[in-house]
Amino acid sequence: MADWVLKGLARGIRTTGWPARVEETPGVTPGRPGAVSRDDSPADVGVCPTHALEQSARGIAVDFGRCVHCQRCRGEGGVPWQDDFEWADWSTQSRGPLPASFRRSINVRYLDAGSCGGCMGEARLIDAPSYNLHRFGIFLTATPRDADVLLVAGPVTEAMRTPLRLTYEAMPEPRRVVVMGVCAINGGVFGQSYACVGGVDAVIPVDILVPGCPPPPLAIIHGLLLAAGRAEAASLERAP
Amino acid sequence: MTLKDFISRIAGPEVRVLQSEAGIRLESTPAAVPALAARLVEEKGCEFATLVVEHQGDDFELHYFFHGGEGNATHVVQLTTRVAVGDQVPAISDRVHAADWDEREAEDLFEIHFAGHPFLGDFVLHDTEWREGVAPLRHDFDPRQQRPNGGRGGTWVPRRVLDEPGSLVFPVGPVWGGDSEAGLWLLETPGEEIRQAHTRLFYKHRGVEKIAEGQYPESALLLAERFSGNSAFGHGLAFCQALESISGTAVPPRALLVRTALAELERLRYHAAVIAEIAGSTALAVAKAWGQELEEELLRLSGEVCGHRYLFGVVAPGGLARDLDAGGLARLRSVTAAVTERLDRFEHLLERSSSFLDRLEEMGTITPELARSYGVVGPVGRASGSSMDLRTRLPYAAYPDFTPRPALETEGDGYARLRVYFHEAREAAILVAALLDNLPEGPVRAACEPLAGAGLGWVEAPAGSAFHWLRVDEKGVIRRWRAGTPGFRNWHAFHRAVEGAAFQDFPIILASFGLSVAENDR
Repeated sequence: MADWVLKGLARGIRTTGWPARVEETPGVTPGRPGAVSRDDSPADVGVCPTHALEQSARGIAVDFGRCVHCQRCRGEGGVPWQDDFEWADWSTQSRGPLPASFRRSINVRYLDAGSCGGCMGEARLIDAPSYNLHRFGIFLTATPRDADVLLVAGPVTEAMRTPLRLTYEAMPEPRRVVVMGVCAINGGVFGQSYACVGGVDAVIPVDILVPGCPPPPLAIIHGLLLAAGRAEAASLERAP
Repeated sequence: MTLKDFISRIAGPEVRVLQSEAGIRLESTPAAVPALAARLVEEKGCEFATLVVEHQGDDFELHYFFHGGEGNATHVVQLTTRVAVGDQVPAISDRVHAADWDEREAEDLFEIHFAGHPFLGDFVLHDTEWREGVAPLRHDFDPRQQRPNGGRGGTWVPRRVLDEPGSLVFPVGPVWGGDSEAGLWLLETPGEEIRQAHTRLFYKHRGVEKIAEGQYPESALLLAERFSGNSAFGHGLAFCQALESISGTAVPPRALLVRTALAELERLRYHAAVIAEIAGSTALAVAKAWGQELEEELLRLSGEVCGHRYLFGVVAPGGLARDLDAGGLARLRSVTAAVTERLDRFEHLLERSSSFLDRLEEMGTITPELARSYGVVGPVGRASGSSMDLRTRLPYAAYPDFTPRPALETEGDGYARLRVYFHEAREAAILVAALLDNLPEGPVRAACEPLAGAGLGWVEAPAGSAFHWLRVDEKGVIRRWRAGTPGFRNWHAFHRAVEGAAFQDFPIILASFGLSVAENDR
């Protein structure tokens, strides 16, 4: 019989020091494009297939809610990329964080509304040892009746529209909706079609947007901390 | 008699041989298709690959793809037939069961009636959401048109098979208690044993093949990478290979080797995640944590070396979007080299955990006969006595020179599948090292000019064989794209592994299949 408990203990703590410490391990985030001012921006916004980059009189602005990390603007002749991951922002109709009594602990229900597997893979890792969601008092719950936060990924397919609405309706107040990934924000590469609604806010109210394709685990956790009122929001728009 | 000899003898009034070199192309009347398909599979041991349907003018053109042959002389066989819209096509799936879901999908999305198919309707487009008669893949259907009054979602009542006192239907999904993908499994039981299981998928159908129509390949490549994110590199590669086969592009050698190395890195990461899920499904928390730790390390490695944790935006038509720097390649070499020993130790510990093995052995068995009948692919197939691996059967990229040692188990149970995942993960790590040690200098991208035509690209994705077929017009715009995926093939057989198992074994069997729903639903 393998002594798993001892083996596990011997391995020690493998969890990131973030948010108390800065996390800069290479590869924890794919990074994101940054804005550039006119003086030093030879980059061509036409390389961006999703119109996340926009040329203005002052330079190149970035709408990170549209970026799918295709990396075509990265590298030589492109725009500078930043290796951050605290990306979550309030939606325009956001109800703000949950009331103060939820600061120390929230329960989260995850819902797949057509995700490609990338968001799902990252969401599965938020309570893995490397990130250890539980240290924040955040738990994944099996039923919407116990959930304070609904975490949704995917562009909302026609067939998931009803399950999404019913799940939300089953949650008690107060409740918040965190959407992860560009697909869930605006449909992403799938857009609006006969098969896709093109964003969660067409079906239920959305409070917090976590952009990325997919957002890395730390960005998802940042979104959940925002819902609990324990983090500062980032901005999806970057002006030069 | 070799496959080529066989092909040369079947020509007749109903079957024409259009091409017999560099792939075999046949054309036949619809009536002759079932018998011909059955002979290819039963007599010549060919595997059914995928069914591609095109709507052209007032006709449907159906391309049935197979692959087979002996030893080094393996070929892709394309069998084409044409029918007018509204006419019936005889189904091949009563003889070639692997084509069952392909025909159901074509019926649902094109409204082609397959005569003799016992189970059509309510497949991709759920009847509770869509009325019958909607055919989104026909060329006159506007994909951007959203459905009015969507989301009212009528109640779907499944057919029940089991008729026993106290029997019930237990639904699992589409919203799960855990973090599984959206899909519905109906488990019929008189109490403890699952007697009947019904898989209902396509909750995640995003219509990617349709919305790619009219796009340029560089836009559609975003879809090819993103319809199944955890096999993004494999599908992107197959998509690019289809384009390259149309334009006759020769990919530079350095790009071929780097592509192969990254495809193996993806396989290694995918298998690590599956192993973690299997351990987790048996509540072996420490082993799950180890698997996840390995997965996370490989994701970070991918992010560090390629800029993206899931390898998006790396492959491009004609080669790679950009070369990897020397430091990144050295990191890739050193991290993967260290993985083999860890996998050995990990597997050894799991093998000594009797409580873990008890949950896997003789659990969720797919016998070799079943695997053959359903055309099961990938690690699940290789755990059930199938030697089918496109890397050795129809070698592409650098696989002609860098051959993985095949995994082959015959028990077909959960434990056999676990051994295959470990074996293939180790082989992937060994291959990455061998590829990087032999990496030539040179460019990583050749021009891939658009040419009108159609072509097939294939890869052995982490979950099994994937076939991407493309038709591109003279402007280089995509007119039809079909992605035949391993998920689509293997979910078809999944219910056979569940039937007869006890309730608590369902999540374990699910984990041991290691499949993606997104890959199936597209």
